[in-house]
This record gives sequence, C-alpha cells and structure tokens, in this order.
Amino acid sequence: MLKQIEGSYAVAQVVAHCRPNVISAYPITPQTHIVEGLADLVGEGQLQAEFVNVESEFSAASVVLGASAAGARAYTATTSQGLLLMSEVIYCIAGMRLPIVLTCANRAISAPLSIWNDQQDSMAVRDAGWIQLHAEDNQEASDLHIQAFKIAEQTFLPTMVCMDGFILTHAFEPVDIPEQKEVDDFLPAFKPRHIVDPRWPRGIGLFADPRFYMETRYILHRALEKSEETIKEVSAEFARVFGRDSGGFIKTYKLEEADVAIVSMGSVVGTIKELIDQLEEEGKKVGLLQICSYRPFPRKEVYRALKDKMNIVVLEKCISLGRGGILASDIRWSFPRAEKRDRNISSFVAGLGGRNISIDDLRYMVEKVEKEPVEFEFLGLKKELIAERDM
Amino acid sequence: MEKSQYLEGVEKKDLFAHGHRACGGCGQALAARLVADAAGENTIACVATGCLEVFSSPYPDPSWRIPFLHSLFENAAAVASGVEAAYKALGKGPVNIIAQGGDGSTADIGFQSISGMFERGHNVLYVCYDNEAYMNTGVQRSSFTPLGARTTTTPTGNKTRKKNMPMIAADHGIPYVATATIDDFRDLQQKIKKALAIEGPKYIHILAPCPLGWGHHGELTVEVCRLAKDTGLFPIYEIVDGKVTNARKIPVKVPVEEYLKVQGRFKHLFKRGVPTEEVAEIQEIANQNIERFNL
Ligand SMILES: Cc1ncc(C[n+]2csc(CCOP(=O)(O)OP(=O)(O)O)c2C)c(N)n1
Ligand SMILES: [Mg+2]
Repeated sequence: MLKQIEGSYAVAQVVAHCRPNVISAYPITPQTHIVEGLADLVGEGQLQAEFVNVESEFSAASVVLGASAAGARAYTATTSQGLLLMSEVIYCIAGMRLPIVLTCANRAISAPLSIWNDQQDSMAVRDAGWIQLHAEDNQEASDLHIQAFKIAEQTFLPTMVCMDGFILTHAFEPVDIPEQKEVDDFLPAFKPRHIVDPRWPRGIGLFADPRFYMETRYILHRALEKSEETIKEVSAEFARVFGRDSGGFIKTYKLEEADVAIVSMGSVVGTIKELIDQLEEEGKKVGLLQICSYRPFPRKEVYRALKDKMNIVVLEKCISLGRGGILASDIRWSFPRAEKRDRNISSFVAGLGGRNISIDDLRYMVEKVEKEPVEFEFLGLKKELIAERDM
Repeated sequence: MEKSQYLEGVEKKDLFAHGHRACGGCGQALAARLVADAAGENTIACVATGCLEVFSSPYPDPSWRIPFLHSLFENAAAVASGVEAAYKALGKGPVNIIAQGGDGSTADIGFQSISGMFERGHNVLYVCYDNEAYMNTGVQRSSFTPLGARTTTTPTGNKTRKKNMPMIAADHGIPYVATATIDDFRDLQQKIKKALAIEGPKYIHILAPCPLGWGHHGELTVEVCRLAKDTGLFPIYEIVDGKVTNARKIPVKVPVEEYLKVQGRFKHLFKRGVPTEEVAEIQEIANQNIERFNL
C-alpha cells in the first residue's frame, strides 16, 4: 500500500513485517524514529518481539549478538557515535557469522559533534565482514530491509542497510509498504545453523590460535565475495515479486552513452540524476554508476560498466584522512593495472557533516573534470573559514 | 572433617572439566566446575574474555559440556540478556542462563553492561570469579584488587580499597546476591541452585584465588579461601530481597597477618617479619566487616 510516510517509520513498519524476534537499540539522532516506531508496534501488539531497552549501543549490539546466537532473528539500528561504540561487537558478530540486520542512519562523526549526514560512520566499519547496502531513497531503504534479512540468513553474514540520516530518515515520501502476507511469502522463517541450546551443547566464540585464525578470515572474506550471488538473486526475486528494482549490486543511469561517468552512492544520486538530465538538454552526455552494495564491493560490475569510460569522477561523503577518497580508491582498484594509465579517475569528497550538495556544486565538478582530472578535492568548501595557520 | 563428609551432597557431573589449561591450583577452574555441575545440563554459559575463557575454550577442544558462548571482555551480561530475550521471544526454555566473568570484566570494563542487565530485570545469574586482578594479561590491578596487594601495575602495593560489588548489585534491587568461596563446595553449589530457582537477575561473587598472581602455593588455594573468610576479609553472606541474611559466623577469628603471610603479593607489608602500618589498616577492614555483618 502506497503511504505518504516518514522514512524512519516506513523502515520501522517494514522491519516489523520481517518479524524480528529480538530488537535492541539505543537512541541516537537521526536513528531514533526507527526504534520509536518499532517500540510502538511492539507496544501495540502488532509485532510480537522482545524489545530490549539497553544502556548503550555496545550492549544493544551485544544483546542482538546473544539473541542471534540463541536462534532469534535479531535487529538493531544506530548511527555515527553509536556505530563506533558498537564497533568491537560489529567485528565479533561478523566473525561469529550471525545474520543480524542493522540499519545505519548515516551520520557524521565527532569531533566536532555533528548530528548531520555523511557516510563516515559505516565506512569506519567497512572492513568488519558485514554486507553493506546503500539506499537511494525511502522506497529502496524499506525494500532493502526485507532483502537484508533474506540475504543475511542465506549467507550467515550480518547485513547493514545504510540510509542517509535526515535526508532519508526524516523525509516524507510516498513509500509502498508490502503487506504482511507478501513479506511472509518472500522471507521464510529463520533457520539458524549453530545455536546455544542445552540439547546440543557446543561452544560458540572459541578462541583460535595461529594455527586456525587466518582461515577464519579467509572463509569470511570468501563468504562475502560469494554473497554477491545471493544479493543479486534476492534483488532479482524482489523485482519479480514486488515489481520494482531495489538493491542489487550496482545501478546505472544514462551511463552507456556518457562521456563523463559519475560514481556515487546513497541519496545524493537523486541530485546527480537531475543534473544528468539538465546536462543532457544542454547536449552533454553524463551518466551515473550507483554503488548499491558497497561490501561486498562490485568490482567486476564496476569494471564492466566503466571499462569504456575515460573520464570518471567519484563523489563520496566520507574521507580517509591523510589519504583521500575511500570509494575513489575502490573504483581505481577495480581496473586491471595495465588499463589505469590512460583513464582519468577524479575524486571528490562532499557533503561532510550535512553540508548541502547542490546541483551547482555537481555542475562545477563535472565541468572541472571535463577540462582536467582532479586527484582529490573537497567540493563546496568555504575558503573564508580556513586559515593557513590551522593546518 | 572427613573427606567423604566434605563432599556429601556435592554435585559432580563433569560439565566443565575436561582438558582445560588452567594453572595447578587455579581457584577459578575449580569454581567454574562447581558452578556448572550445580547448574546442571540445562544451562547456557555466557563467558567474558579472561583466564576462564582462555583456559577453557581453545578451538577445537573446549572443556565445556554445556553450551558455551563467548564474545568479548565487557559484554557477557548483555550477551546473556540477548540469549534470555531470544528464549522468551521464541517460547523456548526454561533454561539456566549464567553470565560469568572475572573481577576485571565485572568490576571495571563490563560494569555498565552488568548494571544494565540487573536494572532491566533479565532472568540471568551473573557469577563473578574474583581473583583480585587482571590475571589473564599478567596480574594487573583491577578495582577489586585489595589494599596493599602488589600487582604488576601497583608495584609498591595497591593504595585503594576494594570496590564492594555485592552491595552495588544488591542496590539495583535484584532479588538475590551471595558471596562464596571454593573452600566450601556445598555452600557454593547450594547458592547457585538457590539463585537459579529465583526469577530475575542474580549475582554471586566467588573468591577464586590465583596462585600465580597471589604468590601462594597451588595446594594452598583452598586454605587461602578459608583464611580470607576466617579473618573477616571476605565475608560470606546472602542478600535476599535487599536484606543481608545467613552471614557465616567465624568459628575462631584469625588475625589478617595469617592470611597475608602466605601470599607473595603482600610480602612487602612485612619488614623482616614485622608487620608494617598497612597491615593494621587491613586488619581494620576485617574488623569493619566483622562488625558490619556480625561475623
Ligand atoms: C576491550 C578489551 N580490553 C582489554 C582486553 C585485554 N584483556 C583480556 S582479559 C583481561 C583481564 C581479565 O581480567 P579478569 O576479568 O579479572 O579475569 P581473569 O583473567 O583475572 O580471570 C584483559 C585486560 C580485552 N580482551 N578487551
Ligand atoms: Mg581477575
């Protein structure tokens, strides 16, 4: 049913339709409406679940860890400082192959404190062994949750659905929220693999000495690579059943004919598409490659989609300080060594701490890379706020 | 006491025992075994990082015959909360859920998650194996390290008194708190059984000497516990619904010197066999306990 609804509440309703057994979360802006929404649904009896109000994100992650290890479908949501506080548990959950689903309402990281959107938080745990899916709009954000439970439970890999804080979480948009029955048909009951249960006593979370540790990393890495198939299958099945494209590995927009290819992920692709349309009218061919699955990284798809593009520009809301663009280095790595030389891959970081990314900013970016490649640049920087002595 | 009499009524099921790698005379290994055997097969152990976890759960041969779950150093109580929530949500159980950790994970780094578990009222028993320092990482001070004790991070002796965790636990309003040591198997196991029969969060604090860290001979582990009790330094009691009960009367009170002298960690408190002022201060702590609990 199509509803005009805030993104967070859409996600809450969809998550409820996925029937998690245990939910545990700790409030942090801009994630709060999601868990408040779920608390309401549990309170009203619409969702039969244990809602554990914990004293920190560290415990929220630990509660869902314990619940999942005991065979429950478990869900949590957080952002920014909360995700960083969880990070030790985040690694543990992946290492223990617990198929937990987490919503990350992407937000900047302190200091300075900022409650506004960028994607530094999920980037900070990108190497932990989780699947990370990025939503473009609220329809996709809610669809991705249904897919996330299915993907996680088929691969035994925890799955993070990233949606831009405020821009999506607090935006009212029409969202089609599938009926309970439709979700039930799509998402089978969770069949756990190894659980703590006195009927089958076993140890979960044993320690591994150097004879064994490295293989656990190899297996996790391969499992993530292999989850590509599942992510694609589940997205394709979703499209068949629900009649719309959501998720998958990558998406493209007017890319085939494009002279300049923009690569990005998350809600900013909406603005990028608008610019592409404007530029098209002006006779310029610009296209978009949108990363939906950031981990596992769609290297082959990226290569296939961009192999004929000589002018590529990566736009991202995060930075590896002292190094530069994070997504940009993933994209640069996606080309075989021999091919890199003649190809221009520019790197822009934008929108940190909620700085608006306007169409004019994007237009400037495209015009600049049309002239010459850009090694690395902050887009929309206010030069008047920067003094040489501070650096 | 006759040995047979001493072991009378003590559960021995070997649910935790096989091939663990603890040091000879390890108080924690014995305590963990008594806890598991008292709790029985229908039990899930959620264990924090620390000596117990390390000596009992190397892949591929853990020593547990009950389900064992370990994730991190500071979250055993939260993980146990999650297991309990799952059992409730899935309509499974009843099952005994026992979160277990050392003094470091209990008093320091995991303090917040334990407080949360107590406050939320989970049906979980938390057992603290108190060896009065971070043993797993090489005998560093914790907030349960007693006054005067030498550790690798208090080389001149610890300057503070021990945090009083049983009272802190009781002040959360939980229905059952108890202290125990490994010199009285029956008492320890009865407390475990009693706790598990009560709905809600429970806390049991077990003194578990560490020969390596305390500097006593392995065969003295049980004797050291007896001295801790009989000096008044480690009072044995229960707190049921907020009221202290069953405080164990000391048959013959022993001066703290007797307890301190058998342990290397207190050696510096005696100069050529003569006790320093700090010993008097420690005696004062014992006296306060004796008065407070009417031991
Ligand atoms: C977050 C974190 N900090 C530090 C450690 C290192 N560490 C592992 S066990 C331990 C000490 C454990 O002390 P305690 O809880 O008293 O247990 P014991 O080994 O003494 O039985 C420490 C400091 C860790 N594993 N994780
Ligand atoms: Mg200790």
